[in-house]
Amino acid sequence: MPFTFTEENINKINTVVKKYPYKNAAVMPVLYIAQEQNGWISIEVMQEVARTLEMPEEDVLGVATFYTMYHKKPAGRHHVQVCTNVSCMLRGGFDVYKAVKDKLQITHGGVTGDGKYSLEEVECMGSCGTAPMIAVNEDFYENLTPAQALSIIDSLK
Amino acid sequence: MEKIVLPDIENFHNLDVYLANGGYTAVKKAYAQTTDDIIDQVKKSGLRGRGGAAFSTGLKWSFMPKSTDKPKYLCINGDESEPGSFKDRQIFEFNPHQLIEGILITCYAIQAKSAYLYIRGEYHKWVNLMQKALDDAYERGFVGEKMKETFGHNFTCEIYIHKGAGAYICGEESSLMNSIEGKRGYPRVKPPFPAQNGLWGNPTTINNVETITNIPPIINKGWEWFSAIGEPKHPGTILFGVSGHVNKPGVYELPSGTLLTDIINIHAGGVPGGKKIKCVIPGGSSMPPLRGENLEGVKMDADSLRAAGSAIGTGGIMVMAEDTDIVRVLSRLSKFYHHESCGQCTPCREGTGWMVKLLDRIVDGNASKKDVDLLLNVACNIEGNTICALGEAAAWPVKFTIQRFREEFEKYTADTASIDMPNKVHSMRKTVNPVAKVEV
Repeated sequence: MPFTFTEENINKINTVVKKYPYKNAAVMPVLYIAQEQNGWISIEVMQEVARTLEMPEEDVLGVATFYTMYHKKPAGRHHVQVCTNVSCMLRGGFDVYKAVKDKLQITHGGVTGDGKYSLEEVECMGSCGTAPMIAVNEDFYENLTPAQALSIIDSLK
Repeated sequence: MEKIVLPDIENFHNLDVYLANGGYTAVKKAYAQTTDDIIDQVKKSGLRGRGGAAFSTGLKWSFMPKSTDKPKYLCINGDESEPGSFKDRQIFEFNPHQLIEGILITCYAIQAKSAYLYIRGEYHKWVNLMQKALDDAYERGFVGEKMKETFGHNFTCEIYIHKGAGAYICGEESSLMNSIEGKRGYPRVKPPFPAQNGLWGNPTTINNVETITNIPPIINKGWEWFSAIGEPKHPGTILFGVSGHVNKPGVYELPSGTLLTDIINIHAGGVPGGKKIKCVIPGGSSMPPLRGENLEGVKMDADSLRAAGSAIGTGGIMVMAEDTDIVRVLSRLSKFYHHESCGQCTPCREGTGWMVKLLDRIVDGNASKKDVDLLLNVACNIEGNTICALGEAAAWPVKFTIQRFREEFEKYTADTASIDMPNKVHSMRKTVNPVAKVEV
């Protein structure tokens, strides 16, 4: 699928490029803009980003694959992230993760058949003081029991 | 107790409230002095970096070259990905303007025209909160070109927020610079140090968010006031993030040198159910763990913790009660470091993977006692053999957990490994090379 930026996003890119003395430094924010528009970073998206920022395609590939928050395959509409690192683990992070896994019937990196949910077991999200936590797309839900985590997932449209 | 970084003032994040409480007066005071004076005051205050290494902030600033045609940069490290560390997030949310004011003063002291505030990608909400505060500051003329009129000084600087994208390694200063440059977050070989060759090859200083937030009060109230707080060799307050098995987890701002047991038992409300403490990691997951019976009298500052056999790190205190399975905790932590190793250096890339495999084998009950020594051996072969400190960060928890909690591993291991070996050579080296079970 060929990919081009919307006019609105081209304006956003023109603003963000001004933050850096070199155009190619804006690759991370531009990849975020692309991901917001396309949902994930496909090879075509990377090519378009490279063209826009006048940089080699392989450099964009390198950046996109290094950072875990760029989806290199389609994610669900609700990307559910469960932290199981130590602070969450000590307060029941694995119980939350198991409950979510059982409910969605997918494991780490999986997407439900209807494309509504995807699941990721993530590393520390910085919610250690309010553990355990899940994040759905950009929103944090903290201080959860497994039951509360499930009701949050139920409430997603 | 006076709070410096997170004062108990309602709506302090709001620019008007901040101004009503003396906000942005320290910048004016600082700009009336020479840059050398500012650096000197910060040196004398004894402020040490809050990002992990506890290096003297004033000294770090003084490394910046005075005469150079190159542009200078300031990077503020808010990557905060260390498990157990969640303090900078409080600053973005509750005290963003003091951070901005600190950036303005620091930029002046090192004569940097641009500052990049690096915030980890997962903190979407906090990036937005910080951006809002920054936009407000720009609008009122506290940042950017309008500074000239506001502060009556011809120094100006720009502040940009750079959002990370989920890489722990970008909290390492040279990796952070590569990330801002739009590259893979690979740490660089030092020397050259950032003060000579940093962002885009220009002189750069990198400071932690909490460190910078301490600057305005130091300028306003004087270094003498600051240096009198807490432990003389590591003065000021520290944001302690307490997590794990405590009744009231959260961030507590306390003077340095506060007793670790006081933080856990008084401020954080003690361990639920009155259980004993088995283990405490006092400075974020990379720091050596302490045994529960060795906590008496341990003070929370860099030198006291070093004497106690650990380190202050980011002040993230992880408390584990007596019924915690330390081996499983270590196994989870090792997976984290394996996941976050950038892959540049072989000892770290391969070693973290081996540690995960060995710990999995131990947790699965398939390991022999010799495997624990092998694990220790792998850890010791990572330490000191990598470009950046992630090698140590991965090796220390393993090394010190084995040294200090050896009996925990005894429960999981037998005298001989239970795995069948496919041939005689392997069976003679029972402790090495985990091989899949072979049907006979």
